[in-house]
Amino acid sequence: MLSYLLQRSLSIGLSLLAVSLLVFLMVHLIPGDAAVAILGERATEAALIELRKEMGLDKPLYHQYAKFLWDAVHLDFGHSFKTKQPVVDEIRRYFPATAELTLAAMAFSIFFGIAAGIIAAIFRGTFLDYFSMSVSLAGISMPIFWLGLMLILLFSYFLPILPSTGRMDVVLSLDVQSKTGFYLIDTLLVGNFAAFRNAVAHLILPAITLGTIPLAIIARMTRSSLLEVLNEPYITTAYAKGLPQWKVISKHAMKNSMVPVLTVIGLEFGYLLGGAILTEHIFSWPGLGSWLRAAVEARDVRAVQGGVLFVATVFMLVNLIVDILYAYFDPRIRVGDENR
Amino acid sequence: MRTPTTSNSQQHTLRKLLRHRSATIGAAIIIFFLVVAIFAPLIATHDPRQANITERLQGGSASHYLGTDKVGRDIFSRIVYGTRISLKVGLVAMTFSVGFGTLFGAIAGYYGGKLDNVIMRVMDIMLAMPSILLAMVIVTILGQSLTNAIIAVSIVYIPQYARILRAAVLKVRELDYVTASKVIGASDSRILFTTVLPNCLAPLIVQATLGIGAAILDAAGLSFLGLGAEIGEPEWGAMLNENRDLIRRAPLAVTAPGIAIFLIVLGFNLLGDALRDALDPQID
Repeated sequence: MLSYLLQRSLSIGLSLLAVSLLVFLMVHLIPGDAAVAILGERATEAALIELRKEMGLDKPLYHQYAKFLWDAVHLDFGHSFKTKQPVVDEIRRYFPATAELTLAAMAFSIFFGIAAGIIAAIFRGTFLDYFSMSVSLAGISMPIFWLGLMLILLFSYFLPILPSTGRMDVVLSLDVQSKTGFYLIDTLLVGNFAAFRNAVAHLILPAITLGTIPLAIIARMTRSSLLEVLNEPYITTAYAKGLPQWKVISKHAMKNSMVPVLTVIGLEFGYLLGGAILTEHIFSWPGLGSWLRAAVEARDVRAVQGGVLFVATVFMLVNLIVDILYAYFDPRIRVGDENR
Repeated sequence: MRTPTTSNSQQHTLRKLLRHRSATIGAAIIIFFLVVAIFAPLIATHDPRQANITERLQGGSASHYLGTDKVGRDIFSRIVYGTRISLKVGLVAMTFSVGFGTLFGAIAGYYGGKLDNVIMRVMDIMLAMPSILLAMVIVTILGQSLTNAIIAVSIVYIPQYARILRAAVLKVRELDYVTASKVIGASDSRILFTTVLPNCLAPLIVQATLGIGAAILDAAGLSFLGLGAEIGEPEWGAMLNENRDLIRRAPLAVTAPGIAIFLIVLGFNLLGDALRDALDPQID
C-alpha cells in the first residue's frame, strides 16, 4: 500500500510540474507581443516596458520558469492585472463558494444516482428501467447551461419558489460574518437560521444543475455494475438460502458492485470542477469559476495562471484520494499495480 | 418474485429493437439538421443578423415563429443559421482531433519505447485537467473568437483518440498478417497505413461520432461563457448567453437554442451508442 501511495504521489507531482510548465508558457505562447495583448493596443510604451519588466520577460526563459515555480510553491502567483489584488487572495476568497456548490452537487448526484441505478437494476427490463435509463441518456446530452436556465424558468419564474442568482439575499448576508466562506457553516456558526435557510434555497438550483450529468453517469454505472454482480453464483446462493431480495441486494450485492461506481464518482469530480464554471455563470454564483471566466475574458494572464494551477492541483488531489479509496476497497488493485 | 438472472427472448428482442431504434432516431436527427443547414437561406424567414429594435422581445407569431430577441432579431432564423455553425464546429473539431489523435496514437502504439512514453505522458497530462479548463487556457493564449474556440476544443479531444488508436494498434500489431507484411519487406508507414490502421477503424468511428456531439456541446459552452463566438453571431450557446438576463420577458429566446443544442448532441450520442453495439462482434 505504501509503495502504491508513493508511486501515485510521485506521478501526480510530475503531472503538476508539467501543468505548471504549460501554464508558465501561456505568456510566451500568446501570438505577438504578450504585453500588448494584455494591456491592449492603446497602452503607452512606458507601461509596456514596465509590464515586461514586472513579468520578467526580459530575462532568459529558464530563469523565468524557475522564478515562476519558486513563487508558485510559495503560493505567490503575482498580482491580477485587472483587480491589482494578489491572485492567491482572490482564489482564497472565491474558492469556498465553488467548494460548497461542488460538494452539494456531488451529494445530490451520488444519492439519487445510486438510487436510480439500483431501481433500474432491480426492475431490469421493465418500464421503470427503460425510463430511468432514457432519462439518464438525455441527461448526458443535455447542455447544463441550458438545464440551469430551464430550472430558473420553472422554479423562479413560473413557480417562484427558489432564488436564481447569488448565494444569499444581500440583506441577510450583512448579518453573517464570513469565517469559513462556506455559507451553510457560517450561518450556523452565528445561529442565524433564517440566513441558513436562505443559503440552502440559493444552493438548490445550482446544485441540481451541476449534479445532473454526474447523476446520469453514476446511475448508469450503478445499474450495469449491480447487474453484473447479481449474476454471480454467490448471489444465487444467497437467494437459495431464502434471503429476501432487499437483503441480498443491500448486504451482498451492493458492496461488491460499488468499486467501479467509486471510480466514476472520482472522475466526475473533475467534471464538476469544470462544470462549476458554466453553472456559476448561469446563477451569478460568486465562485472561482465566475472569477476565472472573467479573467480569461480580460486576458488577465496572471489570474488565469494561478487559477488553472490551483484547480488542476485540487483536481489531482481529489483523484489521488479516490485512487487510495479504490485500492482500499479492492486489494487486487494494489497488488496488480505493483506487478505491472 | 423476479430473479435477477431472468433473461428471456422477449426481453432480448425488445433490447435489440430499442438499440436499432436509437440508431434510426439518431440518424434521423442528424439528417434533419443537415438538411436545415444546407437549405438555411430557404428555411429562414429573416436575416439572422438583422436587428430591428422596434420589434424587440416579441413572442411567437406568424411573422416571427419563435419571437424576437432583445435587439429584435428573428430567433427562428438565428436557430436555422446556427445549425450551420454548430455542424461546422462539430465536424471541423472532430476531424482535427481525430487526425492528430490518430497520428500520435498510431506512432506511439506502433513504435513503442521512448517515443510511446513521451507521447502518452503528454496526453496523460492533457487528460489530467478538466477539459473546459484546458480550453480556457488555450482561449486565453489565442484570444476570443469562434475559430479559436474550435481550435481549443480540437486540442482538448486529441488525447482520447490517441489512446483509442494506441490500444487498437497494440492489439493489431502482433497479429499474423502484420508480421507477414513485415516479412515481405513492407515499410513501416506502409504497414501502418494499409495494414494496421484500417483494422483499428471500428472504435475510432464510434468515438468520432460521439466526439462530434461532445465538440458541439463544449464549443457552445465556451460561447455561452462569452469566450467563443463573437457577439451577435447566430451561435446557439452565444444566443443563450445574450438572452439569459431576459429569461422572464422572452422565455423562448433561451428555450429554443438550448433545445437545438440538446437535440443535435442527442442525435450524435444515439448514433454513436448504436454504432458501438453494431460494431462490437461480442454483442450479437
